Amino acid sequence: MVDRATGRSDGNAVLAVRDLAVSFPSESGRIDAVRGLDLDIAAGEVLGVVGESGSGKSVTALATMGLLPPQARVTGSIRFRDTELLGRTDSELSAIRGRHIAMVFQDPLSALTPIFTVGDQIAEALLIHDRALSTAAAAKRAVELLDVVGIPQAARRAQAFPHEFSGGMRQRAVIAMAIANEPDLIIADEPTTALDVTVQAQVLDVLATAKKLTGAAIMMITHDLGVVAGFADRVAVMYAGRTVETGPVDAIFETPGMPYTLGLLGSIPRLDRAQREPLVPIEGHPPSMVDLAPGCPFAPRCPLAVTRCRTNEPDLEPLGDAGHDAACWRTAEVRNAKAATDVFDIVAVEHHTLEARSERPVVLAVDDLVKHYPVTSGTLLRRRVGTVYAVDGISFDIREGEVLGLVGESGCGKSTTLLEILAMDRPQAGSVQVLGRDVAGMDRRSRRALRRDLQVVFQDPIASLDPRMPVGDVIAEPLRVHGFSADQARARVTELLGLVGLRPEHVDRYPAEFSGGQRQRIGIARALALEPRVLVLDEPVSALDVSIQAGVVNLLDELRERLGLAYLFVAHDLSVVRHIADRVAVMYLGRIVEIGDVDAVFERPQHPYTQALISAIPIPDPHRERTRERILLTGDLPSPVDPPSGCRFRSRCPLFAELTEDLAQVCIDTDPPRRPARRAPESGRTDDSDHEAACHHARVR
Amino acid sequence: MAVPMTETAASPARTSSPITPPKGATGRGRLVRRRFRRNTFGMVSGVVLILLFVGAFVSPWFYPFDYRQQDDLFLLTPPSPTHWFGTSKLGEDLFAQTMRGLQKSLVIGLLVAALSTGLAAVVGAAAGYFGKATDRSLMWVVDLLLVLPSFLVVAILSPLFRGGSWLLLVLLLGLFSWMITARIVRGMTLSLREREFVKAARFMGMPAWQIILKHLLPNMASLLIIDATVNVGAAILAETSLSFFGFGIQPPDVSLGTLIASGTESALTFPWLFLFPAGLLVLTVLAVNFLGDGLRDALDPTSTRSRRRG
Repeated sequence: MVDRATGRSDGNAVLAVRDLAVSFPSESGRIDAVRGLDLDIAAGEVLGVVGESGSGKSVTALATMGLLPPQARVTGSIRFRDTELLGRTDSELSAIRGRHIAMVFQDPLSALTPIFTVGDQIAEALLIHDRALSTAAAAKRAVELLDVVGIPQAARRAQAFPHEFSGGMRQRAVIAMAIANEPDLIIADEPTTALDVTVQAQVLDVLATAKKLTGAAIMMITHDLGVVAGFADRVAVMYAGRTVETGPVDAIFETPGMPYTLGLLGSIPRLDRAQREPLVPIEGHPPSMVDLAPGCPFAPRCPLAVTRCRTNEPDLEPLGDAGHDAACWRTAEVRNAKAATDVFDIVAVEHHTLEARSERPVVLAVDDLVKHYPVTSGTLLRRRVGTVYAVDGISFDIREGEVLGLVGESGCGKSTTLLEILAMDRPQAGSVQVLGRDVAGMDRRSRRALRRDLQVVFQDPIASLDPRMPVGDVIAEPLRVHGFSADQARARVTELLGLVGLRPEHVDRYPAEFSGGQRQRIGIARALALEPRVLVLDEPVSALDVSIQAGVVNLLDELRERLGLAYLFVAHDLSVVRHIADRVAVMYLGRIVEIGDVDAVFERPQHPYTQALISAIPIPDPHRERTRERILLTGDLPSPVDPPSGCRFRSRCPLFAELTEDLAQVCIDTDPPRRPARRAPESGRTDDSDHEAACHHARVR
Repeated sequence: MAVPMTETAASPARTSSPITPPKGATGRGRLVRRRFRRNTFGMVSGVVLILLFVGAFVSPWFYPFDYRQQDDLFLLTPPSPTHWFGTSKLGEDLFAQTMRGLQKSLVIGLLVAALSTGLAAVVGAAAGYFGKATDRSLMWVVDLLLVLPSFLVVAILSPLFRGGSWLLLVLLLGLFSWMITARIVRGMTLSLREREFVKAARFMGMPAWQIILKHLLPNMASLLIIDATVNVGAAILAETSLSFFGFGIQPPDVSLGTLIASGTESALTFPWLFLFPAGLLVLTVLAVNFLGDGLRDALDPTSTRSRRRG
């Protein structure tokens, strides 16, 4: 079908998948992980395969590589050039794997063998497929490859073991291995999901270089539509083991033909949009792949579903514009829709205008907070050999009814800051004030009373609920601790369940019976039980699929409006922060480098780190992605045990590299204090008076 | 006001209407009880245990023979309507003896199990949760008790308690059987302590002992229940071996252990001497095990066996 629509002949395709079906046995029946999948990848093309977890993306990749477990039942056809891959023995496939088709896995740590040096592992990939190659030549080539993927001092680093590499460097090494034999096809399975945004940008850059050098086609499996927008030529959207829409990247993003694609696009918070459009949550969750009901598998979640959708499953049909196919009975309605919010019938949350910031009381104030951990060595006599400067003097305040987003890469001290605030103990230095009261000098009783006003929602919706407690008890717990009677608690639990969009009869179920999004709602209900004034949210949506994430973000936004809550919202996803926060603080190595109103910080970032961070976030818009200038940071986050002198960011700072010697010397010698941001000359705005940046040479780019 | 909802979400009928908790809304306690009641094996075992208790403690009241009484006319007779389980070579009624023994063994077994598992849970959880000095001192005690040869200590100490209540025996047996479990509990606590639901409880102001009781121990229930059921059997056998060496229950008093020990010699020639006490011991241990299994399934939400069917 694909070929008919695009006029492309099979001969041109590097990989042609036809009617692929994969199923696994399980306790509850056979799981049909992939059901009749068609895919084509042309030479030198990048195909983005998108879908939520469980949609069959990874299984397809593994089937292509012949890496499925033996109990999997595979039918259909996977042709690589002129070779049929299905039904081959493992040893036959081994001649193709690694040589003509290479794979980059999600977790670079488990993709490398811990006991061999990185250089040896790359050399091994070369030697296996080329018996004639000498060991010395292979080692030399390995160093060249490491150099190609941008590992500094490649000759020396080739001698290092995988654990000595950071996550980003490991992924580069894996890519070096993948391109070692100049393959025709690279399958990248979520290659950047485990990485921070700045490192993600670096790795995507390396993948693009690799593609340029080898001319390989890339099958890019990801759940991040932003990554696809910037990187892929064509996109295949997968749902419930099938392709539901495929086409050129621009067509998919501009005029999607399937409600699921439309919903996915609408569910992503946009970094480049200032006004708060509500996100589009796709209700429900992906179907269980055991005994799938007849009809379109998306029908139960689809706002446009009609009777026909529930009885007949649509096939992929051409939509008219070149190469764009969708499997939907109602493509016409979808393509006529102006925005996802119309189709999905989402109404915006009304935002009250708050009083001026200076008029509102401060609900949480952190002043010069410090948390250092000792690094000790020796077992018998513990010696202190160093200090982890996890949080090193940070200050911010949150006023009533506002949301402060705290962002930064992993290891920058965000979570430590949170835990320090929540512990309500005397900090090592500095102070924490909740509702104007310093927590340091408090006795046990008043600290406990103050806890009612400061509650927390954790990241992991699985770990944050006691698996052995029914949901009713989970939500009632804070109430019982603070002296409510069982009857009062029960009434309040019912009320709270309604507030977060769950049903009262859910009280008797255990957390395991809920989906991730619902569990996060239970966590939110628990946090709201005592009617707190401040809610601390530790990456509340990062563990959820995008369509589910949108629902939780909307809920948080609505709750804050209705209940007048203030949030401290910790996240590494800047798009989510842009969507929900009023103010944002950017952390780097235990310090806040820039803080201010979201619009000011995102539109006129002053600190080079903020600028790099914002430019690294992929935007789900192919046009904008192609024209954006990306500021690539070199290297990884330095260890907080040994931060650079002076300005902590200078080791990775793109601005520092351009400075004259005496200007640069300031950065080396002096730690920059936070200063009010210099206003861009063209803007006459005065409202960003509290926009501050900690950089000697701060300027708007 | 659009509330984002997942598939099972309620309609936003929360604006007014007095809030009435749904019927049958329950807490964890009632939910676990309800789940336990669905487990046939568990329920039957519970009934069997109760019957054993009732039999052991009530039957001496109406049964015509006492366990010490010797009936010279019936020496080594097989079971008969007069002597239900037959008689021993001294003419003692075996039913009376078995019931007396069952009394002792049931009480010793269950008490020792409860004592040692309880101690293990409390000490292990406290050491793991509080850490630092508490952990070090408690683990020091554990290690010390582990290296002492418990059997010898009990054997040496038991003359001191001669004539004292057999409850002292329970105490001694309990005191020497909890250490390994305590170490396992401590290890599990260390990993549970870092879970977010424990942090959440701490940040809502829940006192430490409540966190241990409400979150840590229920999450280790499977381990503790298995440990307790194994301990029941082990305690009964430990009492037997102590008695065999003359340290535990002393004649003319009997326990299932001493009865089995004396019946073993003639197990083939006069099988009733061996079969009745041994059968009751097996029944007791089996019942305790099935009860434990049922309880474990009821407490474990991932277990499918206690789910409502259909």
